[in-house]
Amino acid sequence: MGKTIAEKIFDSHLRDEPFPGTRVVDLDRVLCHEITTPIAIADLVWREKDRVFDRTKIKAVIDHVTPSKDSKTATQAKILRDWAKRHDLTDFFDIGRNGVCHALFPEKGFIRPGFTVIMGDSHTCTHGAFGAFAAGVGTTDLEVGILKGVCAFREPKTIRIDINGVLPAGTYAKDVILYVISRLGVNGATDRVIEFRGPVVDAMSMESRMTLCNMAIEAGGTSGICLPDTTTVDYLWPFIREEYENREEAIADFGKWHSDDDAEYERVLTIDVSDLTPQVTYDYKPDCVKPVNEMVGTPVDQVYIGTCTNGRIEDLRIAATILRGKKIADSVRGIVSPATPKIYNDALAEGIIQVFMEAGFCVTNPTCGACLGMSNGVLAEGEVCASTSNRNFPGRMGRGGMVHLMSPATAAASAIVGKIADPRTFTE
Amino acid sequence: MMKKFGGPALFLDRSDINTDEIIPAKYLTEVTKEALKPYILEDLQIEGFDPKGDAVRRARVIVTRENFGCGSSREHAPWVFEVNEIHAVIAESYARIFRQNMFNGGMLAIELPKEEINRLFNMVGGGEVEIGIDLASGKITARAGKEREETFAFEISPFDKALVEAGGWVEFADQRY
Repeated sequence: MGKTIAEKIFDSHLRDEPFPGTRVVDLDRVLCHEITTPIAIADLVWREKDRVFDRTKIKAVIDHVTPSKDSKTATQAKILRDWAKRHDLTDFFDIGRNGVCHALFPEKGFIRPGFTVIMGDSHTCTHGAFGAFAAGVGTTDLEVGILKGVCAFREPKTIRIDINGVLPAGTYAKDVILYVISRLGVNGATDRVIEFRGPVVDAMSMESRMTLCNMAIEAGGTSGICLPDTTTVDYLWPFIREEYENREEAIADFGKWHSDDDAEYERVLTIDVSDLTPQVTYDYKPDCVKPVNEMVGTPVDQVYIGTCTNGRIEDLRIAATILRGKKIADSVRGIVSPATPKIYNDALAEGIIQVFMEAGFCVTNPTCGACLGMSNGVLAEGEVCASTSNRNFPGRMGRGGMVHLMSPATAAASAIVGKIADPRTFTE
Repeated sequence: MMKKFGGPALFLDRSDINTDEIIPAKYLTEVTKEALKPYILEDLQIEGFDPKGDAVRRARVIVTRENFGCGSSREHAPWVFEVNEIHAVIAESYARIFRQNMFNGGMLAIELPKEEINRLFNMVGGGEVEIGIDLASGKITARAGKEREETFAFEISPFDKALVEAGGWVEFADQRY
């Protein structure tokens, strides 16, 4: 019987099987941010076990509220900063170099095919785009990861999603994943890895694959995962060129992680996206998804472009294509947050920041901020936000606020109209 | 050290209750578990539910529906229960990270089939429902008043049971790795 990519990664990292069905795996990356790590640090100190298993494999960033907005967030940042310094972590990202974790860490080349990755953040599944097993965990799992370099999981059963056809103009990875979540439901992939396959995924950039994998958790999935290929190697090449003679050799090597043809899947879902239209959420769960034409005209108070889902350069380029030479509606507050300093810098160099500013957007520094209602764009009671983020839970962006999830293109179009709008009317 | 389980039940009659409803993100700036205590279930809006009410204050067990604890990985969700002395949740199903966080902290996330969860909900209205949980025998006893008693058998995985017995994943991992 063949194996899936997730099974191959588990087999190669297996440390222990304390009970049937429980797999304790060695970790290649333990990623940390200032919201969920400080209590793990405090607990390690209290237990007199303030150690790290490997200072080169633990990466840390201050990203959720940065620059700190008050004494409490400053304290969280300080706890992480002091700890990173105390243990001489090889990579710690503070003000000026920090960005949204799930955009920053891949950009630094930290995530490789076949890796096991955990972080105290549910959207860690993003990193599966590189052919890694990457799971969001709680603070206790993070703490044990920091101390011992291991984490326990159940057997990685996999749902394979074959995405066929050709993505029509005006639709993007975000529309695909919203549609997939609407098909699976918010718990349709609980305890499962979601393996994204098919020609549409093969044709996607790494940025798009990250958008796809980012929202695996919104269907309950443990990790999203894509098979590493030429696109993966091209993205990683600056970081791996010392390890391989040439790209072909790297591509061939990464092939060892590919799922076997006779691998066993718990479920295979085949979708054809050739007739897909832009997708938008309604209500308060990410599986409440409608085609944009059923949502057109819904007034919005704020438009937010950014986050670990859609704050990458490709996303900003798409939004800028629609915004170029236009003004956003007077009734709308536009906020764009490039996800990392590099993305910000590239957007500056390409004139994209100027497009946003001339359209009337406020450009913020890289941070998670508004997505979870912590800073930089919290909603008031009764307000509505068109957002490129990943969660529309009640109160997510501020108590009493409403969030509609959509692609950067749909968000940009909605900013211009002041109501949810179909981006295709701006690009055709 | 193993925690104590059982006591008055709080019934939350909705599926997909998420971690933002259990503990809103704005409180994630706290750096101690105790500081979370007053904010339990603050943003949960279910008809007749009052997060500041007596039923929440008295509760030692939560009974709820499907996919409980979905969304964020924040362990603040199990912690806000822990500091309010709620050490067990009984639900039809859980989100993976929330379930693991409960067991990692030495607490119980028990799954029962839909019909049995319905039987538990049917006891609401007959006064406070008191729930006893016996981990060794895998038995739950629910009592409402003097007349009404229902029993349920439950199973948790050997690993989850070992975590609860050890007092949590840090203790378990520290002895073994």
